This record gives sequence, structure tokens and C-alpha cells, in this order.
Amino acid sequence: MTSLLSVSGLRVGFGRDPKQNEIVKGVSFDLDAGETLAIVGESGSGKSVTALSINRLVDFGGGRIIGGSITLKRADGRVLDITGAQEPVLEKIRGSEIGMIFQEPMTSLNPVLTIGRQIEESFRLHRGLTGRQATAAAKDALDRVRIPDAARRLKYTPNQLSGGMLQRVMIAMALACNPRLLIADEPTTALDVTVQAQIMALLGELKRETDMGMIFITHDIGLVAGIADKVMVMQAGEAVEQGPLGDVLDQPKHPYTQHLLSAVPHFESGRAARSDFSRTQSEAIAPALTVDGLTVRFKVAGSILTRSPGSVHAVENVGFDLMPGETLAIVGESGSGKSTTARAILGLVKPTRGSFSANNGTIVDGSDPSVQMVFQNPYASLNPRLRIDSILAEPVIAAGSRIDTGTREKMVALLKRVGLPENSLLRYPHEFSGGQRQRLCIARALMLNPSIVVLDEAVSALDVSVQAKVLELLVDLQHEYGLAYLFVSHDMAVVERIAHRIAVLYAGQIVEIGNAASVLSNPRHSYTKRLISAVPSIERRNQHFELDTRQVPSLVRPPGFEPPPAEWQAYGPDHRARAEA
Amino acid sequence: MSYLARRLLTFPLVMLGVSILVFVAIRLVPGDAITAMLGTEAGLLTPAQRAALSAYFGIDKPILVQYWSWLLGVLQGDLGISVIHGKPALTIILERFPLTLQLALMSMCVALLVGLPAGVFAATRNEKMSDLAVRIFAMIGQSTPNFVVGLLIIYALSAGFGILPAMGEFTPFFTDPLRNLGQMILPAITLGFAFAASVTRISRSAMLDVLSDDYVRTARSKGVPKRSVIWRHALPNALIPVVTLSGVEFGYLLGGAVLVEQIYALPGLGRLVLEAILQRDYALVQGCVLFIAFNFMVVNLLVDLAYVTLDPRIRLGEGN
Repeated sequence: MTSLLSVSGLRVGFGRDPKQNEIVKGVSFDLDAGETLAIVGESGSGKSVTALSINRLVDFGGGRIIGGSITLKRADGRVLDITGAQEPVLEKIRGSEIGMIFQEPMTSLNPVLTIGRQIEESFRLHRGLTGRQATAAAKDALDRVRIPDAARRLKYTPNQLSGGMLQRVMIAMALACNPRLLIADEPTTALDVTVQAQIMALLGELKRETDMGMIFITHDIGLVAGIADKVMVMQAGEAVEQGPLGDVLDQPKHPYTQHLLSAVPHFESGRAARSDFSRTQSEAIAPALTVDGLTVRFKVAGSILTRSPGSVHAVENVGFDLMPGETLAIVGESGSGKSTTARAILGLVKPTRGSFSANNGTIVDGSDPSVQMVFQNPYASLNPRLRIDSILAEPVIAAGSRIDTGTREKMVALLKRVGLPENSLLRYPHEFSGGQRQRLCIARALMLNPSIVVLDEAVSALDVSVQAKVLELLVDLQHEYGLAYLFVSHDMAVVERIAHRIAVLYAGQIVEIGNAASVLSNPRHSYTKRLISAVPSIERRNQHFELDTRQVPSLVRPPGFEPPPAEWQAYGPDHRARAEA
Repeated sequence: MSYLARRLLTFPLVMLGVSILVFVAIRLVPGDAITAMLGTEAGLLTPAQRAALSAYFGIDKPILVQYWSWLLGVLQGDLGISVIHGKPALTIILERFPLTLQLALMSMCVALLVGLPAGVFAATRNEKMSDLAVRIFAMIGQSTPNFVVGLLIIYALSAGFGILPAMGEFTPFFTDPLRNLGQMILPAITLGFAFAASVTRISRSAMLDVLSDDYVRTARSKGVPKRSVIWRHALPNALIPVVTLSGVEFGYLLGGAVLVEQIYALPGLGRLVLEAILQRDYALVQGCVLFIAFNFMVVNLLVDLAYVTLDPRIRLGEGN
């Protein structure tokens, strides 16, 4: 008996001369029905190209299969050689026997067609359904992925749904015709962690219901534990290790797998929290930053005749202090107000209310050189037309100083300090990798000797092993310069590695704040508990999350609305949570 | 639809601005209606005669007074009397407009029927020989002035086939459709030539962008056949820039196409404006420009409304 999918010696190249530019270099694996294979690797490892080769979508991206074979056992028992198949045959296979879901649900659905039409299309193509039958089938498909109120949602266009909902629509579409094989290419990478948990739970349930084979591609080895039966680790186009889940996670043989498992931040429920700073010792020292009652509201525009229906309460009465040498992590999901908080402190958003004061007693505003920032996307936050020396000179010029030999010496010293070669000054941003660019951004932030650095998702766009190194650098710099970090992130594993204290933001308000180890190991607020239980962990094997379809409440409040004052409950010397009704 | 209402409210404001501009601009040009009408003989007029004529045409009053009395007329639907034609300006404009509208519509049809398929075809064969051929052709089309195209078409037809384009008295469409189309088809092709080239180029590049979008990959992963991927999934997303371009070009065409009307001897708006300017027929120039500006705004409004039907992400009337 042959397996559902059998790949052997697969080689894929790109460009005019594919043999010269090989991205996948001889990958082999087998997959049975009902089995899940996880392919793990960093960007550029060839994991997505391998996946796209299985339904030959790689042809459309400029790739060519130059060696090896892929065979699929079809529903009728015949074995199809996919590498040699013609396009008309492949069109029949795609969607009906091989379904696929992608990383970005926001861009993976056609923006001008209703989701109903997009789901119906699969039934029209592969099942020959038309009209009302197709609509009914599409509604069933949405029901299956637990989208409430499916009949009405069919008429929505993608811009009317959230990322998590769209990914469910994608799954509904991919599973419409009961494919025997589902390829999921980083299906949760773009989603919030609790939404990710929901999608993972859904995939797990559907897999059990349908007995399909699944290929799950991810860079997050923690996510693998929850869903995979087998794991294949890829590096630079080769499968460096593969085997059953337990073997790979517990006895990794290849050094790269060991590296992935050890160097990459995994969530350890507070056990890996930092212990190099203690608040109690430094009570006499003034805080580097005090934020009090920060409130940011955006007025919702009314039409010409109607009054504004109210305001979006993006940040509501947020207060905390930050000691020199301390890291406060602000965690929360998209829309929780964490980035708005950071931007308000930087003076990029005008707060409706509230005050900040820095250590020297002055009110912080956008031009205060003691507060600097590092942003999420190092590819977008460096001007591609400026040389590195100009980029580093920018904050100095903005602060009204002149560029002299002292400034240049400082540039050289900082570049060396963040681990970049000395000749970097005369180069341009495109000559650097993502990790190096983020080091440049850090160097730029340090040009004015700040006391506070705001890091807004500063490592989120980086590959996992690069993440670990940048985090290390940040910790070293913190010790060296006594910097206070305000670290905004959605990634609990990263937060655990860098934070001394954590503030959990939900719907614009802090619901829990305190010592990192205490908050992570013993969360008290129901939202924090939900957030932490959603974080994937290599220790929880094939444990399924509960499906939770609760939505974040709307933040739009009527004009003049004031939330009731918060009641706090203390759970230790430095750990308090908002009391819940 | 408060958006529509707000847009319509801006119409009178723009029209007022346009009217002031054109009123002043035409009076800055040396010469007046009397000189234009009498030519060199105007020099023989005695000052008294000249003053009498000025008073007759109403150009002896201060410019503000002239403007005000003209504006009052316009508000009542009276664009003034054309000096050269001796008829109300609006009547003359409305006589000429159907031809210009028909010519613009036909040129746009030619442009879209040729340009869209050519652009889509080129995009799907990116960097192949056929793509290159389409691109070269489009480049030539865009860079050839339309009077050259018009003359070449006439020359080729007459020298090659002995056919002359139907000239003579213009026949409106509803009088004799066949004869009308015979007169209009060549000018439409001439005007549509460069238009089609622009449409080709813009639809090619828009399609290329769209074809590399994620949702096109999704469609393929569902097993959607190639033809359907292109026409059903990609093209609607690529249409926005094509609509923008077509709207602008169409707006220009509604202002008349002076050279092409001249070559094919068509009495359209373009020639009317030209005559009016040369003869210093103030009322007619002002009326024409106002009329053209109005059309342009209507076309732009239609383009905006087209965006909404094409792309559900665009919601008019939100924000600002």
C-alpha cells in the first residue's frame, strides 16, 4: 500500500537557470491519510517552496521542479505523478484533492468578491453545483469552521471581517471539497496568539473529523507540538532531520534542530524570566519614566448631518512607572492599545489626558532626546536612499547638534558595540540583513544617549534565531548603559526573555501588571489566563485548545462616556490585577 | 447618499472659479470682437463709430460690470448671444455637442476594446516576445500625434484602396445611422489610437501587479482555470487605474478634439472653441469653457462612483 503523498529527492530551482539557483535540494518524505507532518524552518529554508511544489503552484512563482518525484494517491486509488502532470490535470487536483491555506488571510482573499462567491467557486468547479445549491454548500462550509451567522456573512466582502475570521473562511474554502491533503503554510503567523489558538484548535478538530493528511509549515517549533505527528526540520533547502514528533523534540540529533530548540525563545510560564533587576533595592532612585492616567481617544467622524457617534477609547487611564535599568513589557493583542500607548509616549499621538514625566522631572514630549525608539519593521524604518552615516546622524541633527569628529567616533563605537562591521558607515541599508538592520536601528536609537528606549515589536519581524541574538544584545546594552526599556510585544516567549515587569493590556486598559515571573507563572486576571494558555509550548503535546469564539468588545463609546474607576487587587508585593465582576 | 450631495455642492463653486478665469483670460488677449470682425478695416473706424459698436456689444463697461451682467444671465440659463453666429451661445453649443459626445464615446470604445485585451494579454505573457511586441506597439501609439495618425489613415485608405472617408455635410446619428457611422468611424479610430495605447500600458502594469497578489495564488490553489483566474479574479482588481485613466481621457475628449475635427471636417466642440477664440466671440468662448468644465466634473463624479462599484473597500463619504 502506498502512502497518500510521497515525495522523494525533490529539487526546485528558480529563475532563468533553475539548476544554478536551487532552493530545495533533494527533500523526501511520506505522508499517510490522517497524519500531520510539520515542516519547520526559518525564512529561506525552502519550506514554503516545498509546499508549493506539492500542488505545483510553484510554477506560477517562477520556480521549476528540476528533479525528484511527487506522487499523490487519488481518491479513486490511482497514483498520480504530480511532477509530470499537465496543467489541466493539476487544476482538477487543486482544491478537490489538495487544499491549501496561506499565511496572510488579509491578502489571500479576493477583495472585490464576496466570501460567499469565493467559497461557492470551489463547489462550482469541482462538484458542479450551481445557484442555490452552491450557496447552501457555502453556508455549510462556513458553519463547519464555526463562523456564527454564516448565511449573512456569505454576503460580506473580506474587508468586513477580522483576520481570524478570514483565516476561517480560508480554511472553509480549502476544505470545501473535502481534500485528502491539506497544506497549511504558516496559517497562524499573522494572527494574534488567542486567535492562533482558535485556528489551531479548529484545524485539530477538522483533521479528526475528516481523516485528511496535513502538511503544516511553520517557523515556530512550539506550535508543532500541539498538532504534528511527524516533524521535518529544513535548513537551506535540505531536510536536516525528520522523524516522529517525540523523537525530534526530545532527542534532536542534528545540531540545527538542537539550536532551534535551545536558542529560540520558548515560553516557559515565567521560569525563564529575568532576575537581574529588583525593584526593592532601588526604591530610593527616581523612576526613569512615570506615566499617569494616559488616555487616548479618537473621535469617530459623523456625517454632515449627524453628530459624532462617540470616540474610540484606544487607551484608557493607563499608568505605570519605569525604573532605570528595568524593562517593562506591554503585552496585548492587536487593537489592545499597546502601540498607541508607546506612540503617545513618543509624542507621535496626542494624548487626550494624562501626563508623563521623565527622570529629570521635565514633561516628556516628542522632541525629548532622552526617549528614543526602535520600530517593528527594520526594512521599512531605514531610509533606503541614505547612507548609514547619514542615518545615524539624523537624530543628532534633529536634536539641533552639529556633526563633528566626536559624533563620528560615537557612530563607529556604537556600530562596533551592536556587532556590525566598521565599514558599515559608508554602506546603504539594502546591503544588510534583517537582523543587522535592526542592530542599526538600535544604534540609531542610542546616538543621543537616551535613558528610555521604546521598542515597538522590535524583534517580531526577525527570524527566530536572529531574534534570540538581538534580545541578547538588548540585555547587554541595558546593563551597560542602564537603559530603561518599554518593550511592546504580542509574543509571550520573547517577553519572558526580556521583561522584568509586564503590563497586560486588554481593550485599552491595563488589566494586570507586575513582576514578570509572577504574572507569567500565576496570572490572576481571566484575560491574562486566556492569553497565557493560548501560547504554544513544546511541552504540551497534541493537547487541544478549547474553541473560544468570543470577540474583543467594541471600543467605541458614546460621547461623554467615562469608564468607572478601576478596582485593583494585589497578589503579592509587585503584582496586581483589575478586579472582575 | 451624502457624498453625492456634497460633491454636487462643489459644482457651482468650481464653475464660478472657472467662469472668472475664462472671463479674465479672454480679455487679456490683445484685440477685441470689433477688430476680429472687421479685420484691417477696423483701423478705418472713427472713434465715435468704435464707441457705438463697443456699446452695442457691451464691451465698453468696466469688466466687473460686464462680468456681473453675464453671470446674472448664466444663472438664468442665458450664456449670451454669439457675435459670429448671431444665435444664443447655448443653442450653438448644444447643436455641436452630440457629435463630440458620440466621438468621445466611440473613441473610448475603441480604446477599451483594443487596449484592455492587449494589456491583459501582454501581462500574462510577461517578458515573452508577444509581450514585447504589444509594448512596442503601445509605445508607438502613445507617441504618435493624432493628426499624423489621422492623415496616415486617410492616405493609406485612399492610396491603397481608393476609398475616401465620407466627408461632406455631417449627418447626425438618428437621421441616418449608417452614413453617420461611416463619417465617424475613422475619426474615432484616430482618436482612440493613442487612448488605446495608454489603456494597454496601464492595464498591463496593473494586471502584472495583481497577478502576483496573494488572492490570485489562492484562486489557483482552488483549481480555478487560468482563463477564469485572469478575467474573474485578477481583472476586476486591475480595473481601478484603467477607470481613472479612461475618465480623464474621456473628459478631455468631451472638450472636443480640434485637430481631428479639422482633418475630418467635423463640426464638433473643438472647432467651435477655436473659431470662437479666433473671432473674439466672448460669449461663445465663455459658454464653451463653462460647458466643458461642467462635463469634466460630471465625468469625474461618475469615475468616483465607478470606484465604489468596482471595489467594496472604497467607501465614499467617510472621513474628511
